[in-house]
Amino acid sequence: MITQQSRKIEQIHQDIRAEHKTHVEWKRRNRTQTIEYMIHGIFLLLGLITVGCVLLITVYLIISGIPAIRQIGLLDFLFGKEWASTASEPKYGILPFILTSVYGTAGAILIGVPVGFMTAVYLSKLASIKVKSVMQSAVSLLAGIPSVVYGLVGMLVLVPGIRKIFNVPDGASLLASIIVLAIMILPSIIKMSITALDAVPKEYEDASLALGATPIETYFKVSVPAAKSGIAAAVVLGVGRAIGEAMAVMMVAGNVPNMPNSLFQSVRFLTTAVSSEMSYSSGLQRQALFSIALVLFMFIMLTNAMLNFFLKREKE
Amino acid sequence: MKKMIRLMTVTLLTLSMLAGCGNAKATGSVSTDGSTSMEKVIGALGEAFQNYTGISFTYNPTGSGSGIKAVQEGRCDIGLSSRDLKAEEKEAGLNGTILAYDGIAIIVNPENPVTDLSVETIAKIYTGEITNWSEIGGNDAEIVLIGREAGSGTRDGFESITDTEELCKYRQELTSTGDVITTVSQNPGAIGYASVASVKDTVKAVTVNGVAPTEETIKDGSYVVQRPFVLVTKSGVELSDEAFKFFTYITSAEACDIISAAGVVPAYSE
Repeated sequence: MITQQSRKIEQIHQDIRAEHKTHVEWKRRNRTQTIEYMIHGIFLLLGLITVGCVLLITVYLIISGIPAIRQIGLLDFLFGKEWASTASEPKYGILPFILTSVYGTAGAILIGVPVGFMTAVYLSKLASIKVKSVMQSAVSLLAGIPSVVYGLVGMLVLVPGIRKIFNVPDGASLLASIIVLAIMILPSIIKMSITALDAVPKEYEDASLALGATPIETYFKVSVPAAKSGIAAAVVLGVGRAIGEAMAVMMVAGNVPNMPNSLFQSVRFLTTAVSSEMSYSSGLQRQALFSIALVLFMFIMLTNAMLNFFLKREKE
Repeated sequence: MKKMIRLMTVTLLTLSMLAGCGNAKATGSVSTDGSTSMEKVIGALGEAFQNYTGISFTYNPTGSGSGIKAVQEGRCDIGLSSRDLKAEEKEAGLNGTILAYDGIAIIVNPENPVTDLSVETIAKIYTGEITNWSEIGGNDAEIVLIGREAGSGTRDGFESITDTEELCKYRQELTSTGDVITTVSQNPGAIGYASVASVKDTVKAVTVNGVAPTEETIKDGSYVVQRPFVLVTKSGVELSDEAFKFFTYITSAEACDIISAAGVVPAYSE
């Protein structure tokens, strides 16, 4: 009788303890869940900072870029051949800037891509480990040099060099900016291409070699085609860097708003058009500068869309 | 999505708050209005004055013409003009006090044998009428015209003195005095202009009409590529206490160093 009772009491105690335990556990779980949510929220907020900045810049550029285009007229603005923003009868045609940016970027790609691509093939496939590590750190260093240094070296070495070699009165020209840009885009092209080439499965190359192809044949007919979308992405990345560069080209291009009819002409890029006049501008001139920035922004959006397209294709 | 909308709203509200607080005008302040070329010198003076007296200072860079008009209409305390007042402006009851002289040196490469140019020749060079140094006694080399970007005070000054506004056929438009000097020092065929105070040994400043640009020749007016920086006030209207303090301060000997540091020649040196 007594033992039965005590057993019952024991049972009740146990129940209470168990219940207490689950309660504590529940509480603890609840707390970890709250922390979990909070951290989730913080991360989301940090992520949204980037998105917010992009949105803010886009909205700001569009709002401040549209009025001048409307006042000048879209066609007159985009296809006008003359830019004289401070004249008594101001003219706001940015065709010279657009063409200069396009030619400059195309020229830089024409010089930079073959050099960068061959370097990447060499480093990824042919070079010994020692050479590869030294050259790769040199490439990284090139990527880290600030653009004002490129501009300075261009101004002091390249511009007088062009003047002497080609026997022209002045070396500050489209050619000088193309050369500077070509060197500046090398690191991004080389690095991106190496990554793409390194990712080609070794089996492909082994199979090609086993069929009797020489190593060089293998690299150019098997590895490179297999990595082609990655290499295309590298080129687009180069385009993006070249079209957005301002400081270095401002120091070597001469900055006169001429139509780019010759390699040795002084020209002004979209980027330098904005940066060189911004500090003293006012009124419609300032608004027009924002419109130029908007056009530049569109160009960069376009290259980014292309980059995404190639990267997606590579994944598939 | 909901969160994003909320975030955007917050951002917009914050921005509109910031936008609201820009235009508050403090009482007991000095307002100046006018020449954009004087931005550097008046900015430096204004800052020093603000630190010295605690009276706040505003500068509205609108151009000499608008600055003069602003004084006339009583919209500012002191107008800033980078040219002498015209006779009709003086007749309309305006007083000009010269604060400083802005001398612009015409610089060429040290290898260039040309040492003297007249203002007319300079104008002809910059408008593209003379394109080779041999036409004016130099080597047989094309003249490379180096200038500043549109909107620069030095360019504005140079073009208004040589009467070549909107006519200059530049080969390079650079964004700083330093860049102009570096480029001219690199190219034996180049000619450029720069504020006298910043000319260095790497380039040669030519004499204009036979006069070398020095502090004395600029002050006595014999070096002609120069213009005055004028403080414009209305006669018969008394300046406010703050504006009077500012006026006395910037025309005092103490302000001379600040004015020289801004690259122009102070009119009151003692």
